[in-house]
Amino acid sequence: MTAVMDARTGEGAAQGHGAIRPDLRLVAEMVTPGSRVLDVGCGDGALLHHLVHERQVDGRGIELSMDGVRQCVSQGLSVIQGDAEADLADYPDDSFDFVVLSQTLQAMRDPRRVLLELVRIGRHAVVSLPNFGYWRVRMSLLWGGRMPVTKRLGYAWWETPNIHLCTIRDFLDLCADVGVRIDRTVILGRHDRPTRAHPALNNLIGEQGIFLLSRK
Amino acid sequence: MTASLPVRPGGGAIDTATLPGHRVELGRDTPMRLDCGVELGPFTVAYSTYGTLNAQRSNAVLVCHALTGDHYVAEQHPVTGKPGWWELMVGPGRPVDTDRFFVICANVLGGCMGTTGPAERDPATGRPYGLSFPVITIGDMVRAQALLLDHLGIGQLFCVIGGSMGGMQVLEWAASYPERVFAAIPIATAARHSAQNIAFHEVGRQAIMADPDWAAGNYLEKGLRPHRGLAVARMAAHITYLSEPALHRKFGRNLQNRQTVTYGFDADFQVESYLRHQGISFVERFDANSYLYITRAMDYFDLAAEHGGILANAFRHRGGPPPVRFCLVSFSSDWLFPTAESRAIVHALNAVAANVSFVEVETDKGHDAFLLDEPELHQVLRGFIEGCAEHRGLGRSDGREGPEGRR
Repeated sequence: MTAVMDARTGEGAAQGHGAIRPDLRLVAEMVTPGSRVLDVGCGDGALLHHLVHERQVDGRGIELSMDGVRQCVSQGLSVIQGDAEADLADYPDDSFDFVVLSQTLQAMRDPRRVLLELVRIGRHAVVSLPNFGYWRVRMSLLWGGRMPVTKRLGYAWWETPNIHLCTIRDFLDLCADVGVRIDRTVILGRHDRPTRAHPALNNLIGEQGIFLLSRK
Repeated sequence: MTASLPVRPGGGAIDTATLPGHRVELGRDTPMRLDCGVELGPFTVAYSTYGTLNAQRSNAVLVCHALTGDHYVAEQHPVTGKPGWWELMVGPGRPVDTDRFFVICANVLGGCMGTTGPAERDPATGRPYGLSFPVITIGDMVRAQALLLDHLGIGQLFCVIGGSMGGMQVLEWAASYPERVFAAIPIATAARHSAQNIAFHEVGRQAIMADPDWAAGNYLEKGLRPHRGLAVARMAAHITYLSEPALHRKFGRNLQNRQTVTYGFDADFQVESYLRHQGISFVERFDANSYLYITRAMDYFDLAAEHGGILANAFRHRGGPPPVRFCLVSFSSDWLFPTAESRAIVHALNAVAANVSFVEVETDKGHDAFLLDEPELHQVLRGFIEGCAEHRGLGRSDGREGPEGRR
């Protein structure tokens, strides 16, 4: 599954070596160099390429779109075409050190089950997601009275693949419910800059969140 | 063209001793034990090589051919005069780059282009084997190839690649000799032959055996050739290699050199004429008994059954993932080896956490697409092989853009 906002913003399109979207760089920084990594919904392979070449991981990917898969395999990345929601079940427990799900959880039919699969397959999971509780999103709904269309959520309501949007607080609740531990949190505000505000404000000022997770 | 197939009655006997390429006799000291229990030996393997083996002997690529293929993968075919069957994939600057890799392709066991098969003489009797040739399997073909590699002094292959039945051999290699395979590329193939595919093969075999010139398999001794039966077998099989959209695009309902139908059984339609041509030209280069034996080998192939019914176990290596990097390719319009078959292999490989890539190429050319000019296939395999070469310490082919850039 492609990181779903990319189609609109053009972000994440194949970039030169080293150049990588700031949020992907922060995801990559949560991954231990030299580890075994599965990138779920690896898109055109920008993150996977970075992980393999800059952090020397043994990297694999799953991607739904054929275009994405072809781009990945053509640059030597190990990527299979598949539907993560069905295919994750094939992998044995603890097959990977890290399983990465970047900007894709909200497009899953069953995010709760996917979350559990991530921490089953991987000893750690890295999940990044757009925050529907971000103040601009709230303002857009409050004052505009319409479903928000922002840079991060660049689709009209009738065409969006983001069928399970949540706020950071919702996500934390889900993790607590299903017994997933949050080992590290990075909140990105405007312009993909990490915020240093009080954690109580994360759900308001964070445009997206990146979480390092593991099984309790 | 008349209603029945105009085949030459006695033609098509190939004197394999005079064919170009290498030949080696194997299994002289220790015969090879076949899956059927027969000990075969000595036997001959005919093969071609391209490129140069490096000092570390680490750049060898084995190409496995399909049902009616042979080892003339990247050179003119000695019988038909046509270019090698995979010159688009194998050659200087091609994805399997003969400037970098030492490429080997051997005629399969049971074949009819120099490797021991039913058309060759049984050294014990001095007469053609015919139906006394033992039934062989994909596993037997691969064991014979492994003996060839021993003979060539190659411990580990950098890559083993093949489509269709060639892909079955690739899977068998990865399952039986994982430490001898660095990278495996099974294309348009399956881990087991489906009921539908067995059924098509049975039609072909029955067509051959229904030809009176088959003579209960003894046609060579009687100076006969079951050309009609073999041509019909090829015609039926050829349909399965194409797709309905491709046939329609190529021929539609167009008539062959005529304005109207003849109200008879001539080849009125272009598609009939095309199929007849496929059948007639095939018999010049292929042996009918070989066709029986090799189709049977494909029918018997079931990798999961060899491993307790669980395909993943075929690839499990010492309880963990295999040391092989896989790249599977399927074609969207291939109904003989549909994408679901490749996906089943991918699922099994995922279950043992293998290193695997998988691409379904969008095309309307059907099963034969692996042999044809499919830029996406070549682009994907170029990338995969390049990545593997880097991991294997064979370097990158920098400064080279591939055949398009070189010509």
